[in-house]
Amino acid sequence: MDFRTPLSKVKGLGSAKSGTSHWWLQRVTAVALVPLSYWLVILLDMTLNAPYQETVAWMNEPFHSVCIIAWVLAVFYHSALGLQVVIEDYVSQEGIKIVAVWSVNLVFLLFALAALIAVFKIILVG
Amino acid sequence: MVEFTLPKNSVIKEGKTFKAAPGVTNIRRFEVYRWDPDSGENPRIDIYEIDMDTCGPMVLDAILKIKNEIDSTLTFRRSCREGVCGSCAMTVNGKNTLACTKAISDYPDTVKIFPLPHMSVVKDLVPDMTHFFAQYASIKPWIETQTPPPADSERLQSKEDRVKLDGLYECVLCACCSTSCPSYWWNSDRYLGPAILLQAYRWIVDSRDENTGERLDELEDPFKLYRCHTIMNCTDTCPKGLNPAKAIAETKKLLTQRKLG
Repeated sequence: MDFRTPLSKVKGLGSAKSGTSHWWLQRVTAVALVPLSYWLVILLDMTLNAPYQETVAWMNEPFHSVCIIAWVLAVFYHSALGLQVVIEDYVSQEGIKIVAVWSVNLVFLLFALAALIAVFKIILVG
Repeated sequence: MVEFTLPKNSVIKEGKTFKAAPGVTNIRRFEVYRWDPDSGENPRIDIYEIDMDTCGPMVLDAILKIKNEIDSTLTFRRSCREGVCGSCAMTVNGKNTLACTKAISDYPDTVKIFPLPHMSVVKDLVPDMTHFFAQYASIKPWIETQTPPPADSERLQSKEDRVKLDGLYECVLCACCSTSCPSYWWNSDRYLGPAILLQAYRWIVDSRDENTGERLDELEDPFKLYRCHTIMNCTDTCPKGLNPAKAIAETKKLLTQRKLG
């Protein structure tokens, strides 16, 4: 027999008193990515169509490299925030949920680090 | 948790057909979900052919006609028959609505009637609302104040502040919106759902309430509130024409304002 009242089940462990920053930053990064993606499109275009040295020279412009780095940070942070929401929606087992969310977080952190190293290598080494 | 297949005992079988009497010309076909917990059988769809010349205009009229004249075992909730009690919420042709305020003539052909989605069924069209109403109780749907009321009058409210309650106080808690929300289907153990969040906002914006901050504290949670991803099934289905998605968005705005403003 289950003797817990329906209200006790609903209240559960109470409110986490968080979630607003997560929700807000997902929107801020989304809006930031609208202009930043312009630099991604240019970079992709140059990667495919321009000579390597020209691409390196373009990246060496401080404004361009800053925008590319900003895009990398925003896109991986946005992806991690978004995938966390998807996992929370569809995975109900607490253990699997926590492992999945943190696997996603760490994988995207690694992706972001790899992308940053690549940018710095292009700028510094050429 | 998302469920892709039905458990074995909820697969719906074909049921009985109740033909219209010979000579009846104006026939409308009703397919109704039936499940009897005592029989141990799977749910079934019973088919009723109804003489529309002797039936009222609303879906509830047809259901009452079935109960009174054709099959008295059909079980459902109803009370006010004018959209203020919220008892007769059910899924009609795939959309949650109040049977009493929905005209049969809004549907072109066969009318298919099911209980509200993703709720435990008590019998036939009666869902178990225990958890839903416990969620309602959890948001403390009453005024909370420290200041005692004026000795010889009511707590006053300006006309401007009263207007803020329009579109909120009309909610009759029929649960059409909450049970149309996939987030509520998968996570209703923790997510409060659109109906309860609209009710919570009704007290958050009430100018006479003195516990706004505590109410926002209680809602600020990744599951209680932020499972809402604004797909707006709630607003689309509300039989009272209310906008729960907007109430939820306003709550999120207040929480953001409190943090950043």
